[in-house]
Amino acid sequence: MMTLSLSKDTIQVLKEQDVVFLKNRIKETAVKIKMGLVNQTRLLTAASELVRNMMRYADGGVCIIEVVSSGRVNGVRLTFSDRGPGIPDIQAAMRDGFSTGKSLGLGLPGTKRLVNEFDIKSKVGQGTVVTILKWANG
Amino acid sequence: MDKIPILRMGAFLLVTIQVDLYDRLALNLEADLVQMVNKTSAKGVLIDISAVSIVDSFMGRIIGNIASMSKILDAETVVVGMQPAVAITLIELGLPLKGVHTALDMEKGMKLLKSMIDETEEDADEDQTHDDFIAE
Repeated sequence: MMTLSLSKDTIQVLKEQDVVFLKNRIKETAVKIKMGLVNQTRLLTAASELVRNMMRYADGGVCIIEVVSSGRVNGVRLTFSDRGPGIPDIQAAMRDGFSTGKSLGLGLPGTKRLVNEFDIKSKVGQGTVVTILKWANG
Repeated sequence: MDKIPILRMGAFLLVTIQVDLYDRLALNLEADLVQMVNKTSAKGVLIDISAVSIVDSFMGRIIGNIASMSKILDAETVVVGMQPAVAITLIELGLPLKGVHTALDMEKGMKLLKSMIDETEEDADEDQTHDDFIAE
């Protein structure tokens, strides 16, 4: 099915204050398309995981917030891209409990469970791009 | 720098988190709270998260840490007031918060803490009358 992008907003995330700003913008966007409260929470939690990864492993990056439409349903698509070290083994990174840092290793697999669409691309030495999509009611 | 206040009430410490936590704030709270447990020899910690709309894996880990750290300092931790959407998200994320006691609201949390402390006190010295512990 065709997915149309209705609006696009690019936010730089380099400092901890930017994270708060980003989360507020995502929330505003989700409220604007009348996303349910539970889905809002899922989307924001997923975003929180991804932005933390970006801060921890890549010293920040860029997040693009898009309102997308597919037929009669709207959703929010977030694209997190960084120029960090990249992920050598994405399959391992997507497994529960895997972490190269000191975390629980729930970030990526947990995030995938919270959203409708999840895509990750990474090149060692060049960076990582993670795209998630959450429909307003889905 | 924001700081989350820790209030002392008898043998308990009360923490009400009124803002959405960011990482450094959560880490500071963890350190402050464990210090306070030690300084006041508190028997229980009550954390109210009713105003928190997002708990991700990091915050979840901090909450778990606070509970385990307090536990080895002989204090019980009860988390109260979790929003339903947060509970749903936590489980889907894969973070069941094992080892953390929870209660629906402050009042129930307080009761739970009291009952837990009564039990441990009884185990500790059985000859002591526990009327003074039950007195509310």
